[in-house]
Amino acid sequence: MAKIAIKVKVNGVERSAEVEARLLLVHFLRENLRLTGTHVGCDTSHCGACTVVLDGRAIKSCSVFAVQADGREILTVEGLEQDGKLHAIQEGFFQEHGLQCGFCTSGMLMTGYAFLENNSNPTDDEIRHAISGNLCRCTGYVNIVKAYQYAAAKLREGGEQ
Amino acid sequence: MTTPRTPAEIGGMGHSVKRKEDPRFLRGQGQYVDDIVLPDMLYLDIVRSPYAHAKITNIDTSKALAIPGVAAVITGKDLAAYNLHWMPTLMSDTQMVLPVDKVMYQAQEVAAVLATERYIAADGADAVEIDYDPLPVVVDPKKALLPNAPVLRTDKPDKKDNHIWHWEWGDRAATDQAFNDAEVTVKQDIYIPRIHVSSIETCGCVAHFDKVRGKLTVWMTTQAPHAIRTVFALVAGHVGLAEHKIQIIAPDIGGGFGGKVPVYPGYVIAVAASVLTGKPVKWIEDRMENIQADSFARDYHMTAELAGKKDGELTALRIKTIADHGYTDAAANPSKFPAGLFHICTGSYDLKAAHVEVDGVYTNKPPGGIAYRCSFRVTEAVHAIERMADLMAHEIGMDAAEFRMKNFIKPEQFPYKSALGWEYDSGDYAAALRKAMENIGYAELKKEQAEKRKRGELMGIGISSFTEIVGAGPSKHFDILGLKMFDSAEIRIHPTGKAIARFGTKSQGQGHETTYAQIVAEELGIPVDDIAVEEGDTDTAPYGLGTYASRSTPTAGAAGAMAARKIKDKAKKIAAYLLEAHEDDLEWEPGKFFVKGSPDRAKTIQDIALAAYTNHPQGMEAGLEAVSYYDPPNLTYPFGSYICVVDIDKGTGEVKVRRFMAVDDCGNIINPMIVEGQIHGGLTMGLGPALYEEIQYDDSGNILQGSFMNYLLPTAIETPNWETDKTCTPSPHHPLGAKGVGESATVGAPAAIVNAVVDALWHLGVRHIDIPITPPKVWKLLRENGVTE
Repeated sequence: MAKIAIKVKVNGVERSAEVEARLLLVHFLRENLRLTGTHVGCDTSHCGACTVVLDGRAIKSCSVFAVQADGREILTVEGLEQDGKLHAIQEGFFQEHGLQCGFCTSGMLMTGYAFLENNSNPTDDEIRHAISGNLCRCTGYVNIVKAYQYAAAKLREGGEQ
Repeated sequence: MTTPRTPAEIGGMGHSVKRKEDPRFLRGQGQYVDDIVLPDMLYLDIVRSPYAHAKITNIDTSKALAIPGVAAVITGKDLAAYNLHWMPTLMSDTQMVLPVDKVMYQAQEVAAVLATERYIAADGADAVEIDYDPLPVVVDPKKALLPNAPVLRTDKPDKKDNHIWHWEWGDRAATDQAFNDAEVTVKQDIYIPRIHVSSIETCGCVAHFDKVRGKLTVWMTTQAPHAIRTVFALVAGHVGLAEHKIQIIAPDIGGGFGGKVPVYPGYVIAVAASVLTGKPVKWIEDRMENIQADSFARDYHMTAELAGKKDGELTALRIKTIADHGYTDAAANPSKFPAGLFHICTGSYDLKAAHVEVDGVYTNKPPGGIAYRCSFRVTEAVHAIERMADLMAHEIGMDAAEFRMKNFIKPEQFPYKSALGWEYDSGDYAAALRKAMENIGYAELKKEQAEKRKRGELMGIGISSFTEIVGAGPSKHFDILGLKMFDSAEIRIHPTGKAIARFGTKSQGQGHETTYAQIVAEELGIPVDDIAVEEGDTDTAPYGLGTYASRSTPTAGAAGAMAARKIKDKAKKIAAYLLEAHEDDLEWEPGKFFVKGSPDRAKTIQDIALAAYTNHPQGMEAGLEAVSYYDPPNLTYPFGSYICVVDIDKGTGEVKVRRFMAVDDCGNIINPMIVEGQIHGGLTMGLGPALYEEIQYDDSGNILQGSFMNYLLPTAIETPNWETDKTCTPSPHHPLGAKGVGESATVGAPAAIVNAVVDALWHLGVRHIDIPITPPKVWKLLRENGVTE
């Protein structure tokens, strides 16, 4: 199958590749770049385990072709930690027991990262709507809401990334 | 135990220690099966049947094989050459790996394509051409039992019907007598539908047969790696696989809930493919395969009856059940219990007589009958008794809480022998219900409900006071394919006082790396940060039966405590030697032995560990380690009382869970933070089946909810802000007084929700609604009973 050259900035690093037009972004990240923190949990874009941030927006990378990311910027879970310091959203999940099996966690973190960029003082209800496209089978969401609030408070305090 | 015995820096039981597994998951550095890539690895994709019952007349693989990158196509005939086309199930039935002549359910595996890339394997699977000759389909288990029903298991020459087994338990005569004598009886058909655990990670494996070393390594989504190794050795011994050359590794697992206990055909095909090709083979299900073909749960058609007196005293319970097992009995039950632990169905009540019957039936559906986050049919049992108790209370006009209080087994009756033969270890059911009522403001809610009813608003209050039975189990009664259901721990203390502890179980998110370390910290006073916990690698971990049925803490957790106590016994001898004191003169406080009356004359566990390798007493073996295989003397009986408040939208029939108060009692708690997390998750897996989740089939055997498009899991929007609390009644026989907690909430929650909905509609004449209580069901009931917007 014919291949198409793409250039994508992933976690701040320029990556070039030749990919099939049909290659999903999630498989490009996981298999071509070996960034396996982004997961696949369904075939129908319902579960959100594959959520990454594309040009500042949380998107489901199972619903985007790698070629559609050409020339754009992607942040994955592997890019959240900066200079050995966890991002506030990661810290929130740790402090509030917002994860159990860890499989949905990357998607939850990336949805949260993009959400809190635009809303640093959310209500619980706003958080619940924000994560309604991310399924979790372990936590019952209560502690994920708390984790988002923890991160929001930390981001509001400022100084934290 | 409410206050921790160890200081926070040691972090033993009772501390909300932050999880040791989190740092890798938070950075996307977990290692799940699909993250594993080996050189020259082939990808396996499976061709599945579009028919629920059909003869295979031809399989043409030529177009698939012509695709560049497709390495092979495997069919049932290929496996038959090695006698690997059938495998035994955990219930000693038989299951096809790949069919040779006919398919038995829609989405059954028919052929497998191996290719150099994932997408090419999928292309290959699309290109395999299979001709089918459809056969009559049986989807209704009651119709399957009719004399004219087509016999499905034609592979069994002696099989003349679709009945698998009949099982009954209890005293039939005494129960019948109690019903004859009863002042009040209630009877209800209750269907608990087929559902699917849908862990967010699907199932899969990477199988690697190293031809030179003759060793098979399988990274696999399994909750029971050791049992899987033995099963592989027994099933494939004739093709040269021996147990010492099979290594099963369960890496990080993205949720299990019972769905990763069975051996699915995909695993076996991947192993066979690796052995045949000599290359590593990866098989990863997609979500549709996962829902459509992997083990289902429940599918119990029950008729329940409860007898009692007019004053509310219960006397007897009778339940008859048709259990739809699909085309083979592949339930993951203890071997002696074909209906699992369903006979816990007398629940929290002091019933004098009970009798239960279950008949297993074959249909053209996928096999399974596994637990859905519950200990072998406990949810079915709890649902039956809690629905019936509520029905009886409403029928005689008694408050549902007062009714339960009247019938609870009393604290002084423990250990309590139930009418169905179980010996409940401990409990204080009234205390848990009282706490739930106080916390949620039960009396005020009843008032609010009465006022709203006058205004025509639909509000309901539902209670579920469940008792579980977990921690299987004592070897006298509990085995799987003959393997006794003990579990194990091995602890090694290193010279510098750090430790590694390995267990026969396997966490799928429960946090064992943290809680098991806390058990060791509790017993030995070694800080939790200094203890590494490993599970899941059969080459290194001691043999155990795995993690399911809330058994990890009751079995392997107990083994951890017992192994630590062996180490402590030896440590005491070493301490006596170092302190030049008599053992009897030593006392223990977390982390050190000291001489009675002279707290300064002390040796820490770290001092002792070093001495065990550098200065141990002559005549004593060096080292400081121990193994324990713990055979529990009894099961444990966690319990709780849940109260649910629902509001019903008269216009749409939608049920909204406004509040949900869960009071749980799992005995002594290892990590309160993790216990609360388990309850939150469990409650959500109770909410799902109560309101949304169901797998149905049409008359042709087509699955109607085969993906997340219509198999609906609760999202954060539907899920209420769970309110939790606890009471603590330690298990008298568990070394730590713990009982297990992973599944309580899933078991207890659905009945509370249904009871609340029926309570809201009782005055309209509604007596029961089968789960899931969807808006159309409620809307129809409302309209039938004259309620309009």
